[in-house]
Amino acid sequence: MRKIRILIAKPGLDGHDRGAKFIARALQENGYEVIYTGIRQTPKQIALAAVQEDVDFVGLSLLSGAHNELFPKVVEELHNVGADDIIVFGGGVIPNSDIEFLKSKGIRAIFGPGTSIKTIVDFIENESKSRNSKIG
Amino acid sequence: MNQNQEIQKLVDGILNKQIRYIAKAISFIENSEYKIKKPFLKLIFPYTGKASIIGITGSPGAGKSTITDKLIKAFRNDNKSVAVLAIDPSSPFTKGALLGDRIRMQSHTTDPFVYIRSMASRGALGGLSQATKDAIKVLDAAGFDIIIVETVGVGQSEIDVVKVADCVVLIFAPGFGDEIQAMKAGVVEIADIYVINKADLDFAQKLFKEISDIANLSQKQPKPAVLKTIATNTFQESGIDLLKKEISNYLNFIKNSSNLAKKRQYFIESELIDTLSKAMIDKILSNQNIKSFFDKATIKKIYNKELNFYTVIDKIMEAI
Repeated sequence: MRKIRILIAKPGLDGHDRGAKFIARALQENGYEVIYTGIRQTPKQIALAAVQEDVDFVGLSLLSGAHNELFPKVVEELHNVGADDIIVFGGGVIPNSDIEFLKSKGIRAIFGPGTSIKTIVDFIENESKSRNSKIG
Repeated sequence: MNQNQEIQKLVDGILNKQIRYIAKAISFIENSEYKIKKPFLKLIFPYTGKASIIGITGSPGAGKSTITDKLIKAFRNDNKSVAVLAIDPSSPFTKGALLGDRIRMQSHTTDPFVYIRSMASRGALGGLSQATKDAIKVLDAAGFDIIIVETVGVGQSEIDVVKVADCVVLIFAPGFGDEIQAMKAGVVEIADIYVINKADLDFAQKLFKEISDIANLSQKQPKPAVLKTIATNTFQESGIDLLKKEISNYLNFIKNSSNLAKKRQYFIESELIDTLSKAMIDKILSNQNIKSFFDKATIKKIYNKELNFYTVIDKIMEAI
C-alpha cells in the first residue's frame, strides 16, 4: 500500500516556522511521512523538492502576507514540471477574504489559525481516496 | 495501462534520467511486495554497477547532512552528477516519519544534476531502509556518477551501510564518551574514512588523537584516513575538499586493486541471501497447505503445549 508523503514548506522571506514544524510533527504523529524543507524557499525549490520526494501533498505555511503572490506560484511551478497531480494546501495568517482567490488559483484548502489537526488529517484522507495512481 | 506497460514506462523514464520517473520508481520499490517489483528490478539490473556509492554514517547530530550538502557541492565542482538517499527513522508506533535531512541540502534542489530523496527507515533497524539497496539501483541505472547514502543517526551496531557502500565515511563530533567507545566492535569498525566534525569544539583534538590510534591499528587496506572538518564554516577551509579528495583517492585505490570487485561481490552475496529469504517467505506464506500449520488453533495448541513448537517447524519444512 502506498504510504502518504507530505512536503511541508515555507515559501518566501518568512523565518517564523513554529507553525510549520508543529504541523510537520503532528502529521508524523498521524502516520504520514513528512518532509520539511526549512525556511526561505523559492516556489521553484518547493516544486522540485516535491517532485524529487514524490509527495502526494505540499503544505505551505506563510505569515508574511505574501500568500496571494507565492502560493499560486508554487502551483504554477508544479504545473511546469508536470506535477499537477500533487495537491497543494496552505496555512498561516491568511485573511478570509483571500481564500476564494487562492482556491481559484489551485490551492485546494486553506487552514487558518486554530484549525484542529483532525480537520487537516480528514482533508488528507479524503483527498487521498480520490487520488489513484497505480504505480508508485 | 497494464502493470507491464507501466513498469516499462518507469524503466524508460529512468534510463532517460527523468526525475519524475526516478522518484516514482523509488516509491514503487518502497511500497510494493517483492513479487510485484521483481519484474521491474530485473529490467534495471543490467544497467547497474557504474556509480560510486559513498556511505555517510555517524551518531545523530554529528553533521552527516551538513557534510553531505558540502560533498554534493565538491563533487559538482568536478562536474560529477550526484544522487543522495537520506534515511531518517520511522516511528515504531505511528509508522509516521519526520524527514529533515533535506533542509541542509535544499540549495542543490534546483541543480538538474543533483537528485535528493528522503527515505523513512520503515521498521528496518540496520541504519538504512528495506528499499535502500533497490533505490540505489534505480539511481545507478539513471546514470548518476556518485550516490551518497546517508544513514539514520546510528549508535553502535547499525552497520547495513557496509553492505551497500564502496566507501564508508564515519562522522564523529566531540562529546560522545571516552576512548573506550571508539575501541568497541560495531559501527566504529566499518569506516574507510574517519571524520571528526565540529573540530572547533573543545576536546576535538583529543578525539582526533584517539581515533587516529584506532585507525593505525586497523587491518584494512588502505588504512583509514582520519580528517578534521568544520562543515558549517563557509569563510575558511572547512576540510570538506580534503574529505572529497580522500574519498576519491580511496575509490581509486580500491578500483585499481581488486578490493572493489571483492566488496561488490560481498554485496551481491549478502543481497542474494536477503532476497532469497524474502522470496522464500512469500512463497511459503502463499502456500495453502502450509497456512493451516500456523492458524490460530495451531498457535493455541503450541501455547497449551499440546504441540511442540519445533515439531510444527519440522512439518512446515516437510510440506514445502
